[in-house]
Amino acid sequence: MTPRIYIPGDSGALALGAEKVAKAIANELAERGIEAKIVRNGSRGAYFLEPMVEVATANGRVAYGPVKPSDVKSLFDSGFLKGGHHKRWLGAPDKIPFLAKQTRLTFARCGINDPLSLDAYKSLGGLKGLQNAVAMAPADIVKQVTESGLRGRGGAGFPTGIKWKTVLDTTSERKYIVCNADEGDSATFADRMIMEGDPFVLIEGMAIAGIATGATKGFVYIRSEYPHAVAVMNKAVEIARKAGVLGVNVLGSPNAFDMEIRVGAGAYVCGEETSLLNSLEGKRGVVRAKPPLPAIQGLFGKPTVINNVISLASVPVIMDKGAAFYKDFGMGRSRGTIPIQIAGNVKQGGLFETAFGLTLGEIVDEIGGGTSTGRPVKAVQVGGPLGAYFPRALFDTPFDYEEFAKRDGLIGHAGITVFDDTADMLKQARFAMEFCAIESCGKCTPCRIGSTRGVETIDRLAAGIEPEKNLALVTDLCNTMKFGSLCALGGFTPYPVMSSITHFPEDFKPAPARVAAE
Amino acid sequence: MTMQPASTEIASRTAAIVQELKDLEGPLLPILHGIQEEFGHVPQDAVPVIADGLNLSRAEVHGVVTFYHDFRSRPAGRHVLKLCQAEACQSMGSDAVAARVKQLLGIDFHETTRDGSVTLEPVYCLGLCACSPSAMLDGEVIGRLDDDKIDEIVAEVRS
Repeated sequence: MTPRIYIPGDSGALALGAEKVAKAIANELAERGIEAKIVRNGSRGAYFLEPMVEVATANGRVAYGPVKPSDVKSLFDSGFLKGGHHKRWLGAPDKIPFLAKQTRLTFARCGINDPLSLDAYKSLGGLKGLQNAVAMAPADIVKQVTESGLRGRGGAGFPTGIKWKTVLDTTSERKYIVCNADEGDSATFADRMIMEGDPFVLIEGMAIAGIATGATKGFVYIRSEYPHAVAVMNKAVEIARKAGVLGVNVLGSPNAFDMEIRVGAGAYVCGEETSLLNSLEGKRGVVRAKPPLPAIQGLFGKPTVINNVISLASVPVIMDKGAAFYKDFGMGRSRGTIPIQIAGNVKQGGLFETAFGLTLGEIVDEIGGGTSTGRPVKAVQVGGPLGAYFPRALFDTPFDYEEFAKRDGLIGHAGITVFDDTADMLKQARFAMEFCAIESCGKCTPCRIGSTRGVETIDRLAAGIEPEKNLALVTDLCNTMKFGSLCALGGFTPYPVMSSITHFPEDFKPAPARVAAE
Repeated sequence: MTMQPASTEIASRTAAIVQELKDLEGPLLPILHGIQEEFGHVPQDAVPVIADGLNLSRAEVHGVVTFYHDFRSRPAGRHVLKLCQAEACQSMGSDAVAARVKQLLGIDFHETTRDGSVTLEPVYCLGLCACSPSAMLDGEVIGRLDDDKIDEIVAEVRS
C-alpha cells in the first residue's frame, strides 16, 4: 500500500508554514525514492499544533505537529511513515485531548480528508441528509429543522426553522437561499474552516434549504479576505454540479437547485444580512430597514432564506440523524453544538465544537490553557468586535445565548478573544468606536456620527479632561446608539464599550491618577 | 512611473469585462472585481462604460466603487501588505507589529513606498485569529508574526 501523508491546505495551517512543510516532504520523498501520496486535507482546528501532519498507518492515523520544515528529515529518519516516534509525535489525532474532548457534529469531517473529494465526503456520511430530504415533503423538512432547535449561528440566534417556514409559506415563482459567509468578526474562523475543510457540507445544507423552501437558486457571499475559501468553494460547486448534487435534478429527484459563489469587497457591514443582500444586488452595502423581512422580500425583492455558514452546515446532520439527536445536546433554549473559536492571546487556540453549556472559565482556562504569554487573563471578548468584554469574575457564565444576554453580553458567532493583563480596556473601548466609524454604512445617524463622537469623547477621557462628565457622555451616547441604530453595527458597538467601562473602571480613571497608580 | 493605459484602451477592456459578466444576477460587484484584476484598480474611465453597460447612472456606479474598501482609485504598489489590526491580533501585539513595519518601510497605512514596491494596508480580520498576529502579502497568509518574519517580509517586498 502506498503510504498516505496528510498535510493541511487550510489557510491557518498555510499561515504557519504548511506549504513549506509540504515541499520539504515532497523533496524528501523524491530524494529517498519513496513513493507516497500527499493529500492536502483541511484543518482539524487545533491551530496550536498546526502544521499538523498525519500519516495513515496500518493502525490508523498518526499525527505529528507542529511540524517545521527543519523537522522533516528527522521525521523520515524516525520512520514517521509507519508512525514512528519523534519529538513532534502526537499519536492518533482523535486522541489528542483538545480534539478528543469535542463533540463534532457540524465539523465531523472537517480536516480529515481532501475537502474536494466527494467520495471521501460520502464515505464519512455525507449526502445522507440530502438523500433523506429529497424524499420528504418541504413542510416536513422545515418541521425537522424547527424541532432540532437549531438557531442562527451567525450571531442573532434566530430559530432557523421559523425563518425557513416564513419563506416556504410565501408564494413566489422565485426564491433564494443566501449563505452569509462574510465572517468579519475578529476571533471567528469557523466559516472559513468549514468552507476550506468540508465545503460539500455547506453545499448539502444549502440544497436542503432550497428543497425545504422552494428556492432553486443559492448564493454564497464570501468575504474577499478569504481567497482560499473562495477557491475551494468554487471548485466544490463545480464538482457537486457534475455529480448531480446540484442542478435541475438534485440527486436524481425532481427538485432543482443550483448555486453561485460571490465575493465581497472588504466591507464589514456586509455581514449584516440586509446590507449583504444589497451588496449581492450590486449596490452600496447599506442596511435596509426591517420590515419587510428578507424572508418576505429579500434578494431582488424575492423571498429569501439568509443563513450563516454554520447554520446551513449544521442542517445535513439534522436531516441525517434526526431532530431529536441534535436537540439532545445543549442546555436551555440553546440546543445542539456550537463551534467555539478560541483566539487571541491563548496557549491552545483553535476551534472547539461542543454542546452548549461549558462555562467561559472552562473554555479559557482548561481548553485554551490560559494565555500564550503566560500572564494572567484580564479580559475575554466574546462574540467579535460587537461583543462584550468579560472579566474573570464572570467566568462562571455558561456558553448559552440567554445566559450571556443576562450578563449584558452575547455569544455572537462564538469567537472568543483572550487578553492578558497588559490590555488597556480604555484603548479597547476606543477601538470599538473607531472600528464602528470605519465600517459604518452611513445610513443611520447614531452609528455614523455616534461612533466618531465616541472616539473623541474617549480620547478626552484618556487625556483626563472632565472625566466624570465625559464618562456620563459616553454612557449616554452608547444608549442612543444601542436603541437608535438600524442594525447591530451601531446597536452593538456599545457592548464592548460599556462592558469595558463597567468591568474595568480602573482603566478609565483620569490619566494623572492612572500614572500615579502605576 | 507606472504606465497608465490610454482611456480608449481602458474603455474597450472594460466593455469586454462588462459584456462577459452582465448577465449574472447582480453583476456589478463581479464586474468591479474583474476590472480591478485587469487594471490593478478601478480607473475613472471605466465608470461611464460600466454605467452604460448596466443601464445605471455614473453616480450610482461611483457610489458603489467608493463604498467598498477593496476597490482602489489608483494602482497599488507591486506588493500589497495587509496587517491585521483586529482584536485577536491586538491581543498579541499587532500594534507593535504595525509600528515596526511602518518604520522599516517608511510609510503609514494606506500609503505606497516612493519606489512603488509596496502598499501597506490595515485589514480587520483574516480569520487567522488562533495564529495572531497575522498578515497577508499578495494574497498569501502569514501567521504568528515576529521580528524575524517581519524582516523577511520587508526584505521580500524590497527585493
